[in-house]
Amino acid sequence: MSDTEILQEPWARVSRQREGATFGIWVFLATEALFFGALFLTYAIGRIENPAGFVAAGRETDVFYGTLNTAILLTSSLTMAVASQAAAEGEAALHRLVVWCLGATVLLALAFLVVKGFEYREDVEKHLVPGRDFAIVERGAQIFFALYWIITGVHAIHVSVGIVLISRLWIMAATRRMKVEKNPQIEVAGLYWHFVDIVWIFVYPLIYLPGRATG
Amino acid sequence: MTTDTLVAGELPLGERPDYLREGRTVLSWLTTTDHKRIAILYAITITFFFFLAGAAIALVRLELFTPNGDLFSNDTYNRLFSFHGIVMVWFFLVPSIPTVMGNFLVPLMIGAPDVAFPRLNLMSWYINVIAGVFTIYAVIAGGVDTGWTFYTPYSTMFSNSYVLAAAFGVFTVGFSTIATAVNMITTVHLLRAPGMTWFRLPLFVWSIYATSIVIALATPVLAISLLLVIAERWLGLPIFDPARGGDPILFQHLFWFYSHPAVYIMVLPAMGVVSEIIPCFARRRIFGYQFMVYAIVAIAGLGFFVWGHHMFVSGQSPFASLIFSLLSFIIAVPSAIKVFNWTASLYRGQITFESPMLYALGFVGLFTTGGLSGLFLASIPIDIHVTDTYFVVAHFHYIMVGGSVSAFFAALHFWWPKATGRLYPESWARFAALLMYFGFNLTFFPQFVAGYLGMPRRYATYPPEFQVYNVMSSSGAAILAAAYLLPLGYFTWSLFYGRKAGNNPWDATGLEWSTTSPPPPKNFDHEPRVDHDPYDYHPQGASAGIGSRPVHQHERDLR
Repeated sequence: MSDTEILQEPWARVSRQREGATFGIWVFLATEALFFGALFLTYAIGRIENPAGFVAAGRETDVFYGTLNTAILLTSSLTMAVASQAAAEGEAALHRLVVWCLGATVLLALAFLVVKGFEYREDVEKHLVPGRDFAIVERGAQIFFALYWIITGVHAIHVSVGIVLISRLWIMAATRRMKVEKNPQIEVAGLYWHFVDIVWIFVYPLIYLPGRATG
Repeated sequence: MTTDTLVAGELPLGERPDYLREGRTVLSWLTTTDHKRIAILYAITITFFFFLAGAAIALVRLELFTPNGDLFSNDTYNRLFSFHGIVMVWFFLVPSIPTVMGNFLVPLMIGAPDVAFPRLNLMSWYINVIAGVFTIYAVIAGGVDTGWTFYTPYSTMFSNSYVLAAAFGVFTVGFSTIATAVNMITTVHLLRAPGMTWFRLPLFVWSIYATSIVIALATPVLAISLLLVIAERWLGLPIFDPARGGDPILFQHLFWFYSHPAVYIMVLPAMGVVSEIIPCFARRRIFGYQFMVYAIVAIAGLGFFVWGHHMFVSGQSPFASLIFSLLSFIIAVPSAIKVFNWTASLYRGQITFESPMLYALGFVGLFTTGGLSGLFLASIPIDIHVTDTYFVVAHFHYIMVGGSVSAFFAALHFWWPKATGRLYPESWARFAALLMYFGFNLTFFPQFVAGYLGMPRRYATYPPEFQVYNVMSSSGAAILAAAYLLPLGYFTWSLFYGRKAGNNPWDATGLEWSTTSPPPPKNFDHEPRVDHDPYDYHPQGASAGIGSRPVHQHERDLR
């Protein structure tokens, strides 16, 4: 397998192509930062205008599922980082490590969605979907839970996109249809995946911790 | 000097297909990753949307011919102007110059074989088409009546029209523009030819680069604001509902955080086009190249901090209004630098009035008028007096239509020979350019007056004392429609019967003119090298004839 397998139009060299792929994903992540940034701004305004409602609503979230998911997602970031670094080393001997780590990342990401599913089911049972039979009476609690569903929903969509991207690389690498050594696609998927995890690090305290610090 | 090497390099080329003849099937077009073909695909879709939204506003102008509502109900009228605004902004103006001209020209101008991510480029066109289908569905289903601004709580709680489909269409088309922007930024950073340093980039490339950064940073905020509207309307998740603790004004902040920079998304590429055309037809270097670059960057950056001037009457803090007013005045400075530099580039030039030049000069005049009226609106007392009147309508049409659309037509005429290899009938083109200038001013100048006298926008009826302005406006719109249809006719004609253009009919500098017309699939037969600054008209040491006048002008004068 030679470098020419990875090289695509319009690039002249693989190193330049790699630089381009990484640069492109960074620009895209800047876009994503503004995307989630606007959501967090909306959350900030809602919380400033309804402090009591946000505290009351934050208490109703399930901190166990939230914390469990934080651990799962951060572990998946570790496996992804190992896969990305191992691929960047360019050693053929590391091929198996890359495959294993990509697989672990996909499984952890799926586990995240499964936990999220359990949490959503519980939220629905506890009448935490804004609307007529919403469980919390404090003004503004509905805003909190509207944002809860939107932010976690949009984040879950990002996780799903990540699963598709990384699964594809995993299958291609495991069946040796794709060369992993110095393949820019793995780094690109890795950067995207880390971004999804970093967003979660902001989501976790905003969603699960209000109303819990002071009891 | 470029011309010399180009003529020499052109001779040994034998038969090889250009990008238009590379594959002849429809499928070869729908699966292409060639940036030039994707530009043509975009050109077709935006032309379609342009005339669709134009037809909607033609009906509006017809209605406004008389003070009473004789043709449509108020509801239909609201849906017509909303459709006009939504489609013109997101399906014509925002994609127009970046996706058509930017796609076609940026790789050619920097000496690259293609954009950085060719498949992403094709995908963005498909997303654009899918988004367009949603928006058209919204119209066929019964239309949307919120105006292009989708203000809450009307759009989320009260409107009985197809807000969801339209908002979803606009939400989706954002991904298309973001993809193009990511592509352009990466292309400019990493695919410049050897010797093409940042300060040798043509100003058009600079303007597309700056625009792409604005698109990448502003569009996601629009996506979120529409997503929140969709979530509230469709899923009943309250965000902007004041009864449940939400804040409808927050929507305006989010919306204008995108939509004011979007004004610069629409006008910066137009400035880039004009900066290419004026030096060519004045046979002069652009005046103050570096300042032009800094002005582009300053406008792109400052554009993010002026959105509050859309909200002077929203009840925002007067201190916020004060700062937004100040910043809005400040952004006029780099805009003025550009106008002065274009004018100074003409000084002692050998100016000829080919059709692209007529459009470009028209741009400078109309943009200046629009910009000066913008200063009125940046000033809080005047803005409060004319908020939601036709004065505002006239102001932004001077920028958007007088500015951006004129520049788009300038670009079409300037690069048409490069894209198709054919020349269009020049006298018809000049006639269309003058007609467009005249029709535009007749349509929109009276609106300044009517608006200042207090005629509000977005109503199907108006007091009879405003009729004279509206009759002028509607007649101007008819002339404008003719001026827009004319190029459609002669461009189509030129595809079949136009004279062969040759590689460089305007004797312009710039790498795009050094390759054949139409260019080959990979743009250049040899990787170009750049050893001089842009706009190298009258290069030092060249013989007197070179760079002074286009060859075809000589021929015409000798006849």
